[in-house]
Amino acid sequence: MNEVTVFIMGKGYHVPEGLTIMKAMEYAGYRLGRGCGCRGGYCGACATVYRLRGDYRLYADLACQTPVQDGMYIAQLPFTPAERPPYQLADLQPRGETLLSLFPELARCVACNTCTKACPQKLEVMDAVQAALRGDIPQVAELTFDCVSCGLCTMRCPAEISHHHVWQLARRLNGAYLTPRALHVQKRVQEVAAGVFKADLDTLLSLGKDALVAAYKAREIES
Amino acid sequence: MKKLAYFPGCAMKDQARPDEAGTLHALAALGYEVAEIPRWNCCGTVYSLAQDDLMRHVGPVRNLIRVQGMGEKRVLTLCAMCYGTLKRSAQFVREEERLARINAFLDTEEDFRGGIEVVHLLTLLRDEVGYEELASRVKRSLNGLKVATYYGCVLLRPREFAVDDPDRPEVMERVVEAIGGAPVPFPERMECCGAYLTVGRSDIVTDRVGRILRSARGGGADLVVTTCPLCQFNLAERRPPVAPTLPVLYLGQVLGWAFGADEPANLFPLGGAR
Repeated sequence: MNEVTVFIMGKGYHVPEGLTIMKAMEYAGYRLGRGCGCRGGYCGACATVYRLRGDYRLYADLACQTPVQDGMYIAQLPFTPAERPPYQLADLQPRGETLLSLFPELARCVACNTCTKACPQKLEVMDAVQAALRGDIPQVAELTFDCVSCGLCTMRCPAEISHHHVWQLARRLNGAYLTPRALHVQKRVQEVAAGVFKADLDTLLSLGKDALVAAYKAREIES
Repeated sequence: MKKLAYFPGCAMKDQARPDEAGTLHALAALGYEVAEIPRWNCCGTVYSLAQDDLMRHVGPVRNLIRVQGMGEKRVLTLCAMCYGTLKRSAQFVREEERLARINAFLDTEEDFRGGIEVVHLLTLLRDEVGYEELASRVKRSLNGLKVATYYGCVLLRPREFAVDDPDRPEVMERVVEAIGGAPVPFPERMECCGAYLTVGRSDIVTDRVGRILRSARGGGADLVVTTCPLCQFNLAERRPPVAPTLPVLYLGQVLGWAFGADEPANLFPLGGAR
């Protein structure tokens, strides 16, 4: 088994090549109470920063998604302090002013792009800040759809923006006010409530197993 | 059609959308194929006067890199604030050491090589289009409408970045005349409207806007035109209750109307002008 040397919180460990940072930490004896969640790259709990020997860059990634490399210096960020003012979605207008009045620090962006470089999801984070500044809420929602709220951009931002909370508000405004209503779904829900499908459902429930299988095989399907 | 890289700025995409629509119509009528630069960011709004505050130039320079990436040599802005930051940053990074440091920081972009010219709507109209050409495109003349031409401060100060003589500017008056308007005497035309204080100290803006509008009315104006969406917003939205009820429009929108745009017609409080 090939091993690599990694430094976790400043202490060196030999760990098998091919492990993720998260598994390497557990291999080294860490028991993860925070900074660990779904282990699948979705929950954003395992924000991690690291450097590589001989490289000035500070890398940021999710521990559960990133294989260890030899000479990695690793620290986890199990929690991101971030300001989220309280709001009631029903009281808000889907406009740029809404974002700016709740998160005025957005206007401190100097377009340094550090947020984008920090994003483990490879989102165009700075472009989303810029879209927020010009009040383009659908664009913010689109650009941040895959945000996992890990907080790495927020920890790196010199303008001290709490990005993921802004994105969440933008997506809520977009969903509540700007996305076209799914009228066909509303209609279908009303039909279900009115019992339109009750007779068909009762028939299905009354079938025995063989009849149910035959009915399934004979069902209409889209080609 | 002449291709022209275009930096809209945030205001033109938010509060000032009607201004942009009218202006783009006017530019198309003048033979320009306007190409919005991709993935632009806020210009920074207020130019930083600190010589060592290089971070404040990262935003403007990133926009200039986008223009460079389009293969263009110049970029048009419609906003006085954007013009100020982009033009002055382009000048600031002509010093090699500053440019080298900013390029080193911008390690996800191609290096900025300099040599991008920043033009404002007014300088484009005067220096490239020409007043005679403007007059020849008129489909609906302002027909003698009395117009107060509001410059504000950023377009004229500091002197080395002024779009015109900072003490006796005339470019806006000439444009208005070219489309049939009659500029009126307007002593407060170069006074600051209060600019971004509109966010935190709108009382100061309201005080200044009152003075500016009274000056315009005093000259007999029926319409005020600006070439800055922030001035336009302040003059239209921050006026005191007792101020003259003069309409305030972005000059490009008036041009668009004169060149036959239908879109702003219902917004256009021009009274008898036809």
